[in-house]
Amino acid sequence: MVHMTPTPVLDPSDDKTMVLNMGPQHPSTHGVLRLLLEIDGETIVRIMPDIGYLHTGIEKTCEAKFYQQVVPLTDRIDYLCPMTNNLAYCLAVEKLLGLEIPPKAQWIRVMLNELTRINSHLVWLGTHAMDIGAMTVFLYCFREREDVLRLFEAVSGQRMMTSYFRIGGLALEPPLGFFDRVKNFNDRFPPNIDEYESLLTSNPIWTGRTKGIACLSGEDAIALCATGPTLRASGVDVDLRRDKPYSGYEKFQFNVPVSHDGDVFARYVVRVQELRESQKIVKQALEGIPEGSVKADAPHVVLPDREKMKTQMEALIYHFKIVTEGFTVPEGEVYMPIESPRGEMGYYVVSDGTAKPYRVHMRSPSFANLQALRKMCEGRLIADVVAAIGSIDIVLGDCDR
Amino acid sequence: MGIGTYILVSLVKIAIALAILLTAVAYTTLLERKVVGHIQNRWGPSRVGPFGIWQPLADGLKFIFKEDITPPFANKPLYMLAPIIALTTALTSIAVIPIGPWIRVGSINTPLQIADVNIGLLIILGVTSVGVYGVALAGWSSNSKYSMLGGLRASAQMVSYEIALGLSLIGVLIYTGSFSLRDIVDSQAGTWLGFIPKWNLFRGQFVAFFIYIMAAYAETNRIPFDLPEAETELVAGYHTEYSSMKFAMFFMAEYANMVTVACLASILFLGGWSGPVFGPPIVQSLLPVFWFALRVFAFMFIYIWVRGTLPRFRYDQLMAFGWKFLLPLAIANIVVTSLVVALK
Repeated sequence: MVHMTPTPVLDPSDDKTMVLNMGPQHPSTHGVLRLLLEIDGETIVRIMPDIGYLHTGIEKTCEAKFYQQVVPLTDRIDYLCPMTNNLAYCLAVEKLLGLEIPPKAQWIRVMLNELTRINSHLVWLGTHAMDIGAMTVFLYCFREREDVLRLFEAVSGQRMMTSYFRIGGLALEPPLGFFDRVKNFNDRFPPNIDEYESLLTSNPIWTGRTKGIACLSGEDAIALCATGPTLRASGVDVDLRRDKPYSGYEKFQFNVPVSHDGDVFARYVVRVQELRESQKIVKQALEGIPEGSVKADAPHVVLPDREKMKTQMEALIYHFKIVTEGFTVPEGEVYMPIESPRGEMGYYVVSDGTAKPYRVHMRSPSFANLQALRKMCEGRLIADVVAAIGSIDIVLGDCDR
Repeated sequence: MGIGTYILVSLVKIAIALAILLTAVAYTTLLERKVVGHIQNRWGPSRVGPFGIWQPLADGLKFIFKEDITPPFANKPLYMLAPIIALTTALTSIAVIPIGPWIRVGSINTPLQIADVNIGLLIILGVTSVGVYGVALAGWSSNSKYSMLGGLRASAQMVSYEIALGLSLIGVLIYTGSFSLRDIVDSQAGTWLGFIPKWNLFRGQFVAFFIYIMAAYAETNRIPFDLPEAETELVAGYHTEYSSMKFAMFFMAEYANMVTVACLASILFLGGWSGPVFGPPIVQSLLPVFWFALRVFAFMFIYIWVRGTLPRFRYDQLMAFGWKFLLPLAIANIVVTSLVVALK
């Protein structure tokens, strides 16, 4: 009865080893990951991750909400990339509804998703570097992250829990001058990446701590369902933005960084390259924003503008109906995978034809990628475990849901 | 000078030295937070007094008022003893460190040093070695796995680097022919061509200086060698279970060690208190102290700068660096220095 023992116990296999309980309150387990390490001196003999300390029951809660009420819940799953979660959920429901999204909304969605990727990778780089002892990189990364969060605040009113995307488009038009602010940030961002790299990439201590550490082969990565940078650093060239374009990604030019070493350094290089690529995508998105509305023409799904709601009878009725009763979605099921900063973030939504989803399941990249930790760490040192956790870039909210 | 006067003068000097050292320790923490803060694009302490200058006092008060927790399964006598050993050994080494030449107060002529012993350097090395006991006992007596790993790391690291540190000093000793720190400083007086000071650093001991700095960082558990207290791996290493003033004592010991190491670096490699001296007699006797303090400050600043820049080594890399690189280099330095001195 495995599920009856909430806290797993690891017994030392012989007299020479010791079991070290690392977490859930530990500075470098990125939130509330708990690891049971059986160590011989400082060498890892066995490693057993224990998750669930941030389980919030979001999947079940979704079943009690109207479709549009689920959007704020998705923010709280992977709280470092709220917009990606918003997008995956909205795309899934839009697919069920068969909605056509106006191009302007699609472009802004792509732009904000890439800003989200920058935000998430900055947190990863900062915390990963701090785990390995480079404290300054952390604060440099958070300096730029602050700028991204201000952009989020400008566009959605919230720094982290944005809930900006709606089923059928965006919540609001972006405020005046928003694109100039994004451009301002985007133009001065590349030198900042150079600054982080100058502190790390060619630093012998950094390369000594990361090169050849926690290796994961391509076959193992595929077998363990790893996705995202963790997979691409092992030499498997998969990126859903390019391979299964969504939300108009096919209109953008970008490279997918791949490395073949499969070690911590390879994952570091891949993510830093992704920062640069995201910056390019944001640049392209800024250059060609189409004209038009940010909401689909579907009055039974999309809330009317405030102005219309106050002046038009029909709009008021739709507003009242959507807010009080929700909107129904045709029966069916859909799985919508998108490329989150961590890997394949998939939303599986089942509709039974009512206004509430029958089932919402998230295929979260952190959960799948975390499985690779064991492969990476056994036989290595405690310090390598810390480097490996950082290099997988897990978010426990994403892992536990 | 009579025995009574001698004791009185010594007590006064001890009081002054302790006061200066503890103030230096307190304000090194502030300096560190300010400098690292500015390196990292933030301000550092700025609330307690102008520029946060009362922050160390506030920290000290806070430590005093914190609850002092002893873990239930700790070995209590050793648990109590460990921070005491760490701090007393750290403070003891200051006794033999000279901070300036002789000073005349009224009819008393006395060196700016608590005890001018002819084996000063050996005393410092010996006392800092005893300091390892504080760390090792803290790690063991806490009865916590993180503490134990930290204590083991610390003991291994300090013992290993002690060797490289000791060997790096031998070159200087060959030049000087004395263990007395005052003699070592005096031997570095004067200049070549009128402007290049005859510091040991410029007399061919730069390799030794490099080894000394590396080993000193490891001895004082500073980044990039701060593995014993690597907070992202071992939470806080050997002082994980310590709280309140017991923790503060480890903290003070670490910074006092930093000050000692910086003083030693100035004395052994950078000419001690040599520097231009001018002005009225009182200024003339205090100016060397200022030059000395300036060197110590510069050394501390580099300590802090490094902390703001570098990541941390891994345990096995640290050991390999100490045994496979620093130790052979130190031995090579001794051989070369001996040859140079012998052939002269």
